[in-house]
This record gives sequence, structure tokens and C-alpha cells, in this order.
Amino acid sequence: MPTKAKTKSAAKKGAGAKKASDGRVLRYVDALKEAVIQEMERDPDVFLFGLDVDDPKGIQGSTLGLQQRFGRERVFNTPLSEDAMTGLAIGAAMAGMRPIHVHIRMDFLMLCMNQIINMAAKAHYMYGGQVKVPMVVRSMIGKSWGQGAQHSQGLYSMFMHVPGLKVVAPSNAHDAKGCLISAIRDNNPTIFVEHRLLYPTEAYTPNEAYTVPFGKARVVAKGDDVTMVGVSNMVIECLRAHELLAEAGISTEVIDPISLVPLDIDTIVKSAKKTKKLLVVDNSWLTCGASAEIVAGVLERAGPEAGIKVQRMGFAPTTCPTAPNLEALFYPNPATIAEAAYALAKPKAKRWKPDPKKAQLAYQMQFRGPF
Amino acid sequence: MEPSSSPSSKDLQRIYRSLRLIRRAEEEVARIYPSDKIKSPVHLSIGQESVAVGVCDMLDKKDAVSGTYRGHATYLAKGGSLKGMIAEMYGKDTGCARGKGGSMHLIEANANVLGSSAVVGTTIPIAMGWALAAKKRKTGAVIAAFLGDGATEEGAFYESLNFASLHKLPILFVCENNGYAIHTPLSKRWATQHLCQRVASYDIPTFRIEDGDVFSIRNVTAWAVDAMRKGEGPVFMECLIYRWREHVGPGDDYHIGYRQKNELQPWMETDQVEKVGKMLDAETRKKIDKAVEKEIAEAIDFAEKSPVPKPRALMEYVYAD
Repeated sequence: MPTKAKTKSAAKKGAGAKKASDGRVLRYVDALKEAVIQEMERDPDVFLFGLDVDDPKGIQGSTLGLQQRFGRERVFNTPLSEDAMTGLAIGAAMAGMRPIHVHIRMDFLMLCMNQIINMAAKAHYMYGGQVKVPMVVRSMIGKSWGQGAQHSQGLYSMFMHVPGLKVVAPSNAHDAKGCLISAIRDNNPTIFVEHRLLYPTEAYTPNEAYTVPFGKARVVAKGDDVTMVGVSNMVIECLRAHELLAEAGISTEVIDPISLVPLDIDTIVKSAKKTKKLLVVDNSWLTCGASAEIVAGVLERAGPEAGIKVQRMGFAPTTCPTAPNLEALFYPNPATIAEAAYALAKPKAKRWKPDPKKAQLAYQMQFRGPF
Repeated sequence: MEPSSSPSSKDLQRIYRSLRLIRRAEEEVARIYPSDKIKSPVHLSIGQESVAVGVCDMLDKKDAVSGTYRGHATYLAKGGSLKGMIAEMYGKDTGCARGKGGSMHLIEANANVLGSSAVVGTTIPIAMGWALAAKKRKTGAVIAAFLGDGATEEGAFYESLNFASLHKLPILFVCENNGYAIHTPLSKRWATQHLCQRVASYDIPTFRIEDGDVFSIRNVTAWAVDAMRKGEGPVFMECLIYRWREHVGPGDDYHIGYRQKNELQPWMETDQVEKVGKMLDAETRKKIDKAVEKEIAEAIDFAEKSPVPKPRALMEYVYAD
């Protein structure tokens, strides 16, 4: 399993030579596809299916060309029957195959809940270890341009709640590829969370197949004053806030949990104990959400003696609207994150806001690693 | 459909043994139940045995079944271990699900008995996924997916019919139509009684067996298995049948008012266990009965003497390695 350090050093050494760990800058969307190609070539039991996976747009490009490459038996479209198709994946997985079920929006997973919660999550336990359910449920969260109430939800905490499921939300191309390969090889059902706005973002990604281990958070920016934990695309927003705050003299540490179940609370605790201030920025609502879990986990682990101040940010506690001005208010953004982190770092100072022009650059600033 | 040849004496013995074992095992479960040794809600198949036995008699070991929460018969008919079943109901570590599933989640991977579910209809698409894997791997295996009349009201049922037909999957849908979803009759649930017509609209061959006759069920299964092995896709069989006991628990429930005992009478008169038993000579039948009693006594003894799971087992199998 290539670790962060190993990948980095190998890439440095490998200049010019065609080493196994050579890499290149890759888009998130292409990293997803590359992971599937490499795993399908490696293991004939892996197959990919879902609504529109073979259509001309191929799930925003992430499945484009896969059917041509692997045939209709291994890459296929389905009727609009999410409930039964989820059961189909579970049954095939119990029979030893490794299905990847793709959903173009996470909102549609609500049609799969019975199968995921009542069967996939429980089968290994409820049947005394006699079956395993090695399946991946890929699902994308939408945002902007009127995605609205039913195309924008980050519903992963519903799955975090139930033992037996793994939940991962990679924020960059490197982790998208490595996590997807990990998920495919994992013998448990994995909810794989993608964010639409991450698809065009680029990061250094090794050529070969590699795994990013679940349950290991990544410190993506170092700092001393405030710890910021972002989930999914909120990692990118936090990194932008990190830059804005640096200009205001605030040093923040940014952590990407990568996997929410299992959750690497230790890495977050370590950072929070150092900074004494923890801001968790979720790509979802706060109530019973990932942010609640992370904050509770940190405080339980660190204890009151650590004196950690905590704060959470996430979706406004309402339904996502479509009017652009309202939608902008619905989400945390680099400016509001930076403002909150500043107030946390300097509770007695005058309120500070970053220059709005600088704060707008979130998705033009591509996150390139290295890792 | 071609009528298949009449069963041989050996067939009869095997079919009777299976019917008798299921009937008597469940009667014993009902007998033990008031002692509270079985701490699991039991949904007895008494009266419905012929569906599971007729179907499973025509399946090979490599073929699979998936059952319902009223699944003791399916499990046993396909070769699930009786010891494993009784021990599971007792909450013992030696149970088929290690004391984590109970009566409603029986499983026997070695006999290709898929795990049953307490959520109606849930196992139908899962059985279809197993069929998809069999087709992809070209194993030639087929699966019989048992479901109740209530399950035909779930969306997953129609989604599965459509997909199984579209992909010509080797799955036999077996509807055990006992007329009641818990205590609610079909008349309060179905706009029309034409279940087979509904299914046939998916271009799936359908069969309706109205008398619970084990040999008719067996014949249809034989035809279906042959068609499925040739790659002709799914088959549907509706078996009218009657649940003699209460929905859940060891007793009967004719006194609570949702059904009348006179409904039971014709089914008792054509009881398949008795009917097939009478086709055997007295000596053979006696021998089988004795062996069945021995097997049940041993299973109960096994369950009684088995250890309960260790406390650490609480957290075992949450995630697979």
C-alpha cells in the first residue's frame, strides 16, 4: 500500500525513468475512471452498472468508454429501479462478485435505503459471517446552477449511523482513485461520496493501481492557531480559507478525514490539542451529521482538560434553494469559513472578513497536492 | 408443459421424508416454544411445506433458494442443517447464524440457502443478483426465490420481474400465496386477483397451482429448471396454500376474528404430508418417521447442550475482513 511518503519520494526519484509509481496530474473524474479500469482489468468479478453509465455523457465522463472497453456484460445501464438494482448488487456480491453501483446523485440513494440499511450493512453480521457484501455504491453530490432541493444533498451521515457500512468522501483525484480501488477490494459495502464540483479539479495521481487506506486522515495544510476539518469539497473550501487567513496572520491546520467510517479521530485530536480550536466544516446539515460525530469524537477523546473550543459549519438548516443569491447563503464558503476561523482564533478581536474578491476564487484555485 | 414421469418409490420416500421432517420439526418448535427456550419470533410453515419441498426436490446442490421470514421449510427442504436451525432459535453459538439472526434470518451457505429477511420482499432482488452472478459465471445454476403474496405488493417485486426478464436471468419466482399478509386478506390489498396476468405482462411464463399438490409444484419446477438452464429466463409460479397456525407464534388464531376455521378444513383434508405418507407402504413410512423423530431429537439435544455465544461475539462480524 503506497503511503504518502513513499509515493512522494518515488515520484521524485522517478524523473525520466518509467517507474511503477510514476504519476501525472489527473482530473478527479478521470481518476475515478482509471481506478475502475485498473480494477476491472485485474479482477474479472468486478462489474459496474447503474442508470446512464453507458449513455453518451457517461456520468459526467466518469464511466465514459467503459462499456466499449469491457463489454455489455460488465458495464451496463439499468431500468429506473434503484431499490431492486441495489438488491441485485448485494446478491451478486454475496455470490462473490464485486459490483460497483453508480448513482449520478446522492439524493437517489433514498430509493435504495431498504436494501443498503436492512441488508447490505447487516448481512455479514446477521448471517453469522456466512456471507460478505463487497460492493461499492458510487454517488455524486451536486451543487450550484439550480441543483436545488433534490440534487444537492450530502446524505452520508445517514449511512455513517449504521454499523456495517463504510463511508468515504475523497476530496481530490489522488484520493478518489486510491479510495475507489480500496472500496472495490474491500469486503464490505462502501458508500463512495463524490462531489460534482470536484470532478474537474486536478491532483498528482500515480499511474499504477494503489490504495488509499480507510481510517487514515490527511493533514493537507499545516498550522498552529485553528484546526479546520473539511468534508468532501469542503476540504477545498477550507484550503482556500487557509490561504485567506494566512494573509490575516492566522495559521490554520486543515485536515481531510477522507473516510468518515472508519473515522481517524486520532489525527484530528492531535491537531485540535495543539491548536485548542476546532472548526468542522461539513458539506451537509449539522444535526446528527458528520460534523457532530467529529466534534463529539474529539471532545470525548481529548477530555475537558484539553480545553478545545469547537465550532461547526455546514448547510443552513433548511432545504437547498435554487435562486443563486439564496443558494450562496445556504453553503459555507471560503469567506464565511475564514471569518469563523478568525473569530475562533481571536475571540476578543474585532470581526474580520476577507476581501470578497479574493474569497471568490475557490474553484479556480486547483488543488494539486503533492501528497 | 410436458407432464413429467410419475415419481419413483425412491422419489416418494425422499419427498415424504422432507415433508415430514419440516412438519414435525415445526411442531416440536411449537411444543418447546412456551418454555421460552426459543427466544425468537417464529413464523411457522405448517401447512405450507409442499411448496418448498416440491420446488427444492427438483434443484441441484449448486442451485440456490432464497426464503422469507416464514422460511423454516425452505431452509430445511434445500438441505439446511436442522441442528443449525434449532440452535439458532435457541440463541446458541452453534446456530446457523451464530446466534445473530434467529428464526427470521436462517442461512446455510454450503447448501446455497441464501439468508432470509424480516423485511418483506427484500430478498427478491438479492436472489436476482445471485442469478446474475450465476449467469455471468456460466455456472448453469438457477435460483428459486420464495416470496409471499404480500411481497408482490412491493415495488421491488415488479422491478425484479422486469429486470430478470430483460436479462433472461435463471430465477424461478415462487409465490406462496396463503391469502393473508399478517391478518389482512387479499381482498383488502389487491385491486384484482390476476397475479399471474400481471407477471405474464413481463413476458415471463407463469403457472398457478391451486391445491398445494407437491407433485404439481415439482412438475412445474422441473419444467422451469430446464428452461432456465437453457437460458430462457425467469419463470413464475403462484402456489395457493394455507397457513394453519397464527402469523407469528406457536398457536392458532382462528378465535381473533380475521379468518374462519372452515377455511382450514379443505387444506387439512388434502394435507400433503399425509397424502404422500399414504402413498408409501406402512413399513417404509414407519421407518422414515422414526428416522425423522431421531433427527429432530438430536437437533434439540444439540441446541440444548450448545454453548451460548461468548460476550466478545457481540462485536464479531460487524465488518468482514
